[in-house]
Amino acid sequence: MLAVAAFFELLGHAAAERTAVLRGYQWIAAGDLRVAFDLRFDQLSAVMALVVTGVSSLIHLYSIGYMAGDQRAPTFFAYLNLFVAAMLVLVLAQNFLVLFLGWEGVGVCSYLLIGFWFNRRLPVVQPGGRLDPDVPDETQEVWAPPAAKKAFLANRVGDVGFLLAMFLIFQQLGSLDFDDVLGRAQRAVSVADGVAHLGSVTIPGLSAAAATAVALLLFLACAGKSAQIPLYVWLPDAMAGPTPVSALIHAATMVTAGVYLVARTHVLFEASATAAAVVVVVGALTALLAALIAIGQDDLKKILAYSTVSQLGYMFIAVGLGPIGYAAGLFHLVTHAFFKAQLFLGAGSVMHANDEDTDIKHFGGLRKLMPLTWWTTVAAWLAIIGFPLTAGFYSKDQVLAAAFEHGEAIARFAWVVGLLTAGLTAFYMSRLVFLTFLGEPRWPEGRHPHESPPIMTVPLLVLGALALVAGVLLTGGSLVDGPFARFLEPVLVGELPAPLEAEATGQALLLSVLATLVAGVGLAVAWWVYLSGRVDWLALRRRVAGAWLALANRLYVDEAYELVTVRGGRALAALADLFDRRVIDGAVDGLATAVAVTATRGRRLQTGLVRTYAVGVLGGAVLIVAVLVIRAV
Amino acid sequence: MLLTVTVFAPLVGAVLLAVIPSARTAGGSEVPAAAAAEAGGAGVRAGGDQAARWVGLAASLVTLGLAVALAMRFESGEAGFQLGQQADWVRSLGVRYKVGIDGVSLPLVLLTTLLVPLAVIGSWHMTDRPRAYVAGLLVLETAMLGVFVALDLFLFYIFWEAVLVPAYFLIGSWGGERRVYAAVKFFLYTLLGGLLMLVGIVVLWYLQSRATGTGSFDYETLRDLSKDPSTQRWLFAAFFAAFAVKTPLVPFHTWLPAAYVTAPTSTTVLLAGVMSKLGIYGFIRLCLPLLPSASRYFAPAVMALAAVGILYCALIAAVQRDFKRLVAYSSVSHLGFIVLGVFALNAQGLSGAVFYTVAHGLIIGGLFFLAGMLEERRGTRLMDEFGGLQQAVPHMAGVMLVLTLAAVALPGLVGFVGEFLTLLGAFLANRGLAVLGVGGVILGAVYLLWAYQRMWHGQLTRDENRAIGDLDRREWVVLAPLVAAIILLGFFPGPVLDRVQPSVQRVVDLAGRAVGQRPAALQPTQPSP
Repeated sequence: MLAVAAFFELLGHAAAERTAVLRGYQWIAAGDLRVAFDLRFDQLSAVMALVVTGVSSLIHLYSIGYMAGDQRAPTFFAYLNLFVAAMLVLVLAQNFLVLFLGWEGVGVCSYLLIGFWFNRRLPVVQPGGRLDPDVPDETQEVWAPPAAKKAFLANRVGDVGFLLAMFLIFQQLGSLDFDDVLGRAQRAVSVADGVAHLGSVTIPGLSAAAATAVALLLFLACAGKSAQIPLYVWLPDAMAGPTPVSALIHAATMVTAGVYLVARTHVLFEASATAAAVVVVVGALTALLAALIAIGQDDLKKILAYSTVSQLGYMFIAVGLGPIGYAAGLFHLVTHAFFKAQLFLGAGSVMHANDEDTDIKHFGGLRKLMPLTWWTTVAAWLAIIGFPLTAGFYSKDQVLAAAFEHGEAIARFAWVVGLLTAGLTAFYMSRLVFLTFLGEPRWPEGRHPHESPPIMTVPLLVLGALALVAGVLLTGGSLVDGPFARFLEPVLVGELPAPLEAEATGQALLLSVLATLVAGVGLAVAWWVYLSGRVDWLALRRRVAGAWLALANRLYVDEAYELVTVRGGRALAALADLFDRRVIDGAVDGLATAVAVTATRGRRLQTGLVRTYAVGVLGGAVLIVAVLVIRAV
Repeated sequence: MLLTVTVFAPLVGAVLLAVIPSARTAGGSEVPAAAAAEAGGAGVRAGGDQAARWVGLAASLVTLGLAVALAMRFESGEAGFQLGQQADWVRSLGVRYKVGIDGVSLPLVLLTTLLVPLAVIGSWHMTDRPRAYVAGLLVLETAMLGVFVALDLFLFYIFWEAVLVPAYFLIGSWGGERRVYAAVKFFLYTLLGGLLMLVGIVVLWYLQSRATGTGSFDYETLRDLSKDPSTQRWLFAAFFAAFAVKTPLVPFHTWLPAAYVTAPTSTTVLLAGVMSKLGIYGFIRLCLPLLPSASRYFAPAVMALAAVGILYCALIAAVQRDFKRLVAYSSVSHLGFIVLGVFALNAQGLSGAVFYTVAHGLIIGGLFFLAGMLEERRGTRLMDEFGGLQQAVPHMAGVMLVLTLAAVALPGLVGFVGEFLTLLGAFLANRGLAVLGVGGVILGAVYLLWAYQRMWHGQLTRDENRAIGDLDRREWVVLAPLVAAIILLGFFPGPVLDRVQPSVQRVVDLAGRAVGQRPAALQPTQPSP
């Protein structure tokens, strides 16, 4: 509520003055380092704060129903609120270190909430996938704690990037404050054909190489938090947490922190063409890879998790493109928060009704039994596949349009990949929806699926509605522009005419039609395979066993990581341990024994313990050394 | 005067313990009524023991009170020594009793005086000669405080070696298995280092007497004495031997696992929490200001040792099966960050190092206390014997979680401030080694979270873990101050950093001076923007 009030107050100010900085107390000061608890509220922060508080309110409401009956529900809500607080610190920070406080804070809340069911074995569909339908259920029992740890550690790798980036920024510029660091950026403006074009950015005091290093290190942090290649592997595992957590933290808010960070520090990425290109390419490849893996998953939440990874890739494509894409990237962030939160909460509702089962092979025909869940999920499904006029349609098309318009080879590559991914998205999402809600019931006997209580369905209705209309509301129906983009423009692009021209609308329309067609193909294929009844999809699976198993096994990326980090790490650690005990300590003990033996043999004194002789010998040696040193100087 | 009283108050307590009426006359005036009543039915002997505990606690609390009074009187903007006192001792040799504190020693004095009462409470149930044990803790406290305040090098050395005696007996008499081996190893190893330092001190005295005709052990006099670079290097090696063993720095650390693991819990807390800081303090107080050119010369090498030590010990910690041993290696690994900060020789690194010594004391102290509490309950420290404890003892798990997160330097907790500043300082001084050290941030999370997962998460698989009780009131008294300090100082490190800052800046200036340059010319300067 407070965020909404602050938002309206912000609207009351002129666009250029919409930045409020609240100076807090000095946090860490040493030498010429001064870091205070300063908070900043501008258009970008406002958007993020509204998404965070809005979605989290709905999910809190939903959780009251979902967590009812759990003994540790108070702990759950405490963690959830701690998360919201940390997330707000993250988006409202005025310097890198306070942002890092929020960054780590959401990370630890994520750790706590993924591992919330620390002593419960959770049934999860075996990642390996199964080819023979006659073998009984292949759910594998897993622990939540390893998933929580994996999430924390993957994030830690990213955090190291964040730390080093801060060190480098401080070394070069002597401050960690956003105004001091980012505010000094200067943007060259070129005027051609009577139209001002955005030029490159330079940051006085920061060389091009340093800017590249800082931007890449920050992006490593983003890859950790926002689950991009190479650190995306933690997010699918994080689904071991309660479903509202997956919806809030691992879909709508925390994982978008990386996108926010790139947007917030966009001048650094604009100052380095290399870093920006890396963001675009990584975003594109992640979008594609995750969408492919999603096709091979049978676990309801895993599909959605890979889908989140994939959608985050879109956002990174957009913010990596530069000024042309910022608004689109954040727009997609907002709409994604709505429709993905709905999808997760809908999935939670389905699991709730099906004894916490997550295997989509065990559903089917739930449409009639769970009408509210079904209709709201349809809304979100249409949004994510980019059905015309839904929220996802506008935002995804803006991302793709930005990539196309950008013009450079890398952007075109991202556009092609993005288009392909849109098709894949339509396929795997339709597969999920068809297998869950339509077709013949396939659930085991004795199970009685039912609709969830109102406290859970009301948030679903709100989010479903937003998934449908948010696009039109925020763009005013325009394909390239709209109130949302114009609101963010001052903080992201500066006082310049919008880079997208009116003539672009026709082109954008053409691109939209193309994207919709591609998505239509994906949808049609999914229908043909999973719903038309003309294909035995389980048999098909066996026919393409090689490809299927590769996808189902997540392309063996996790296994490769495990081999290198866990096995390799353990071997190295065991070696170090052995070295420590045998070599270093062995040398010390050996020396002591040698001294003691010499002492006893040499002196042949009758009484006392060996150690007294050793002390005697040492004392003598010290005296001799002292005399020698004094003589020498 | 206040400072001297603070230092020797624990010793007075120890003497009191030695002379209070023995078992049969227990119940006298020194025994609080409650303790006497409590002990009433438990036999006369227990009554005497109980009295000893109360006396010990009172002495350590009085010391804490005195230290707080010191902190209140401390002028925070001042760089030099304050609240000092001096008197001639052995005039012919120039030995004097001279003490004083500055921003570097004050936090360490406070840390020490906080941990000792907690250690006394933590070992409340020790039944084996508790009177002598508590007395040992108090003697240890006086010796360690003495090191932190001594401004005469001879006095410094006396206190330095005085630490060994109570520590030796605490490990050797009250330790677990292999205690004699551990105690002797600890004693000999650190004694050897200390003797080399003595050589260095004697050489300094000799140089002073050669320069001016009268030898002196006075800290400030010797600091201002001009020493040529090659002499400085020799002297540095001598002092380094003492401090590197005490801290310890890899590869001089192998006495540590044996000593830490076998020592009784409260002793380990003091060894890891305070005694390891003696080495750090020595680097900051003696090496940097007295031997600036050698410190700069050796800084990259020492930083390299520290960075390698961080990673090396983190790796070893990861494969330990004994929880106490894991914490011991974790302690060494974290001390690497501190040394990295010290030898960065800049304000960020040194401020961070001093702050981190406090943070490390709180965190490692807490971890060893918890390890001890678990061992008391289950009679084992092997992590495989636990598992799912969060279900049985949620409060204990909560405290453990805070300590673990503080140890992995989560922002908002005390460890982060120290780790951030030391690494930042190291980065400004030597980028490559700092990057190496930052790797420890990942590895630290690996072994600590893995240990947490194995001991506290999962299902309760063993029946004997089901019945262990959660924290009782006494244990809360021990842990609550630590947890509170860890959170408070994480968000508000200012009060400490403000007091540390001027003194640290002075050390930086001193360490940066050229050979022959007198420090008087170097008034604390504002850092260049």
